[in-house]
Amino acid sequence: MDISNEVGPANELQSADILAEPAISLHSLTKEFGSMVAVDHVDLEIRAGELFGLLGANGAGKSTIIKMLTTMLKPTSGSARVWGHDLIEERNAVRSSIGVVFQDPSVDNMLTGRENLDFHGRMYGMDGPLRRDRIDEVLRLVDLADKALLKVEEYSGGMRRRLEIARGLMHRPHVLFLDEPTLGLDAQTRRYIWQYIRDMNKENGVTVVLTTHYMEEADALCDRVAIIDNGKIVALDTPEKLKDMIGSDSVSLDVQSGADVLIQSLQRFPWIKSATPVNGTVVLLVDHAQQRIPEIMLEANKCSAVVTSVGLHKPTLEDVFLKYTGRKIRESNGSANSAMTMMHRRGQ
Amino acid sequence: MKQDLYAVYSIWLREMLRFFRLKSRVVGSIAMPFFFLAFLGTGFGGGMSMPGLSSGVGYIGFLTPGIIGMTLLFSATFAGLSVLWDREFGFLREIMVAPVSRISIVLGRTAGGMTTGILQAVIILAAGILMGMAMPSLTGFLLSIVFMVLIAATFIGLGLAFASKMTDMSGFSLIVNFLIFPLFFLSGALYPLDRFPSIVRQIAYLNPLTYGVDGLRYSLIGSSAISPAVDLAVLVVVCIVMLSIGAYLFENTEVK
Repeated sequence: MDISNEVGPANELQSADILAEPAISLHSLTKEFGSMVAVDHVDLEIRAGELFGLLGANGAGKSTIIKMLTTMLKPTSGSARVWGHDLIEERNAVRSSIGVVFQDPSVDNMLTGRENLDFHGRMYGMDGPLRRDRIDEVLRLVDLADKALLKVEEYSGGMRRRLEIARGLMHRPHVLFLDEPTLGLDAQTRRYIWQYIRDMNKENGVTVVLTTHYMEEADALCDRVAIIDNGKIVALDTPEKLKDMIGSDSVSLDVQSGADVLIQSLQRFPWIKSATPVNGTVVLLVDHAQQRIPEIMLEANKCSAVVTSVGLHKPTLEDVFLKYTGRKIRESNGSANSAMTMMHRRGQ
Repeated sequence: MKQDLYAVYSIWLREMLRFFRLKSRVVGSIAMPFFFLAFLGTGFGGGMSMPGLSSGVGYIGFLTPGIIGMTLLFSATFAGLSVLWDREFGFLREIMVAPVSRISIVLGRTAGGMTTGILQAVIILAAGILMGMAMPSLTGFLLSIVFMVLIAATFIGLGLAFASKMTDMSGFSLIVNFLIFPLFFLSGALYPLDRFPSIVRQIAYLNPLTYGVDGLRYSLIGSSAISPAVDLAVLVVVCIVMLSIGAYLFENTEVK
């Protein structure tokens, strides 16, 4: 059966091509499961070329948003456009604009890595030579070229994840969705994958939308972050601005003696926003704290206060999350929902 | 359109790779019908004559088309239900997110299930001939392939319909025990229809496999209880209906 001649181009266009609208726009997008509202009238615009993060606890609704945007689930109400195509009316056009790396494994374990990619290439209409080129290219990118002929069941978790990323990139999508791309991976593999994600965003101009519940991941990677809680976006901005909203850095000084004198004399400085004693520790609120620590130590020396240790805490997305949702993300991950997710994954 | 043809081929190819890669599955899927054929065929065959059989047809000749029908029933339903495996192991997402028409996905699966089903059916036919069934004519053999295609497509559609509505594998054994086995026993695969009590016979006439097995018998041993034209007409209609239902439900399935 030879149908390898002149199959349509598989998205030769790159994301740098001009798009007269946001890469993705959501208008009051809603998904209900029975009486449970998983995604609640979400409005959102993601610009072309952006590396965008959806941050939230398990069950917050971020994966449901991704599943709707990738045509896996149908919205209950509302609408969305992906790369200029209507999500409901032009499902196949949406599908050919996007690449997806799913949260749970979605490769065929009985096939080899290369066969999985071959399947993918055919499904996206690539002919033989183009498929071979692209497969070699993406296998090199994720460092799996020497494992291509092994069955996927012999792969480690990190190798599988890399294969899925290679597959998501193979047809050069305009928009790449990554659902918890580094979930359950070791620190080293995680850093590699961060690097791939950055490279394809910056060098190839692929618009990237990722979900994560790792604060440091969102912080390290994303141009903008939306914090999702109970199916709603509760905060949306660059990680820096989100952290700025929390306010100043804090410096904590363990002071053996002379704490009162120290507080008094530090309060003269205009850049000290507040200085308060907390159980034998002096907590200072300061902007750009790391530059002020030498001055603080000098001052402590002048008034003969004995400082035994200095701590510096900069606001993190964790603090931002805490502020907007009223709880820490790790606490909210310990819910029944994540236990169910774990159970669900057991079979894979 | 070309991309859709590619998708059909791609899905068919995957089914082939998976089927032949698991040697135990090839052996396992052929073992049960083979044992049915061997033990029932030799046990009831030999000196025993079965009332209701037209003269000149031994029990093994009668039984072989029935077991071919059974082979197709099981392999085709399982091929349709294999969507459940893909759902369980995540590969369904990779298929569903691809920019190809949903009907080409259904056609690819159907082509794959048909190929493996008919392959097994032909092996059973060969086994039947080795056990003493008369060699069918070439036209008979070719006609039997037509019936095999129709039987396979019908039950792939059935399996697909169930798999599209089920969210996990828990209902699988229910389907096997309360759907597939009754369809098999109520099809005249093992004994002539007129040996059933009349009420059971009425039910058997509602079973598409009955017409499939009868059509296979006409093709392979030249004797049938129903007119082969009726067999063919009923099967074509049921096949189209079942595949359409299966395709419709599959198209609307969501992947969590």
